[in-house]
Amino acid sequence: MSRLKLFVPLFLFVVLAGFLIRGLQLDPREMPSALIDQPLPEFQLPVLGKNSLVQRMDVVGEVSFFNVWATWCISCRVEHPYLQMLADRGIPIYGVNYKDESAAAMQWLDQLGDPYRLSIEDVEGTLGLDLGVFGAPETYLVDAQGIIRYRHVGVVNERIWRGILQPLYQELLNEAASQ
Amino acid sequence: MINSRGIAHSIRSILCTLLLLSCANVSYAVIETYEFSSSSLEQRYRQLSVELRCPKCQNQNIADSNAPIAQDLRKLLYKQLEAGASDEEILDYMVSRYGEFVRYKPRFSGVTLMLWLMPVALLLGAIIILFSVLRGSRKEEAAGGISAEEQRQLDKLLENDT
Repeated sequence: MSRLKLFVPLFLFVVLAGFLIRGLQLDPREMPSALIDQPLPEFQLPVLGKNSLVQRMDVVGEVSFFNVWATWCISCRVEHPYLQMLADRGIPIYGVNYKDESAAAMQWLDQLGDPYRLSIEDVEGTLGLDLGVFGAPETYLVDAQGIIRYRHVGVVNERIWRGILQPLYQELLNEAASQ
Repeated sequence: MINSRGIAHSIRSILCTLLLLSCANVSYAVIETYEFSSSSLEQRYRQLSVELRCPKCQNQNIADSNAPIAQDLRKLLYKQLEAGASDEEILDYMVSRYGEFVRYKPRFSGVTLMLWLMPVALLLGAIIILFSVLRGSRKEEAAGGISAEEQRQLDKLLENDT
């Protein structure tokens, strides 16, 4: 019995090491959004490059993506071609131009192409704040009722699209079709 | 062999270290300054900006971080305080957008239960271990070290060695 007691530290170490190894594999940025299953917040903001305003009811009604982007965001440039490809396939993506300069943002879209149905001009970051955005890029999946169903922090690429976003998107499309 | 004096000594040095650590001051990197209409608001601003965590740079509070999001949250905090919001309202507002994560002192709930109770449990465990070790060593001393049989075995071992 007292011999067994000698193994207690070893046992504790193994348990602790197990937790730490698990901790190493977790990405601390992958936090569930506080807005999952909450409605997309109300807003009324200008449309980038147009002289008009857009509000929540103008952009909800079908399953779509909301991509938070900015010209100061380097990763946004990385994911841009992939978003363009998705848009070319007919996937509805709305842009949230987050805390950016309009001129620079329009130049960006001119040069790199515009994958967005429209870009909401969020200069002050107020919509970003209501969405719980803490950096760019972030991509929100919103269902046909305007409820936020998923948030992806970071670049959207082939792996993320095939592994996570596409299956969820398809699921929501099916859900919308059955209603 | 650990005796009770040795343990008392190590406890004393641990306590000294803890005391020194607790004297270390937290430095606040105030980046921009806000003019408050009263000093009590400023006091609350300091308190809240230390308790609120920067969502982007996860090991800093918003008072320490220079990330754009932390600047935004400080501005928001300032506006809400001046508008007369209570601490509770401000924290609720932040939590509803960024999750319980945004607080360094999360609310006591099912999810945060472990977080709150673990230190207490560990401390209790440490105290229990400490006492059982102390008692064990005292018993050993009282018994006068080793028994006659053990002494005989020891002598034999030493003999074999040479």
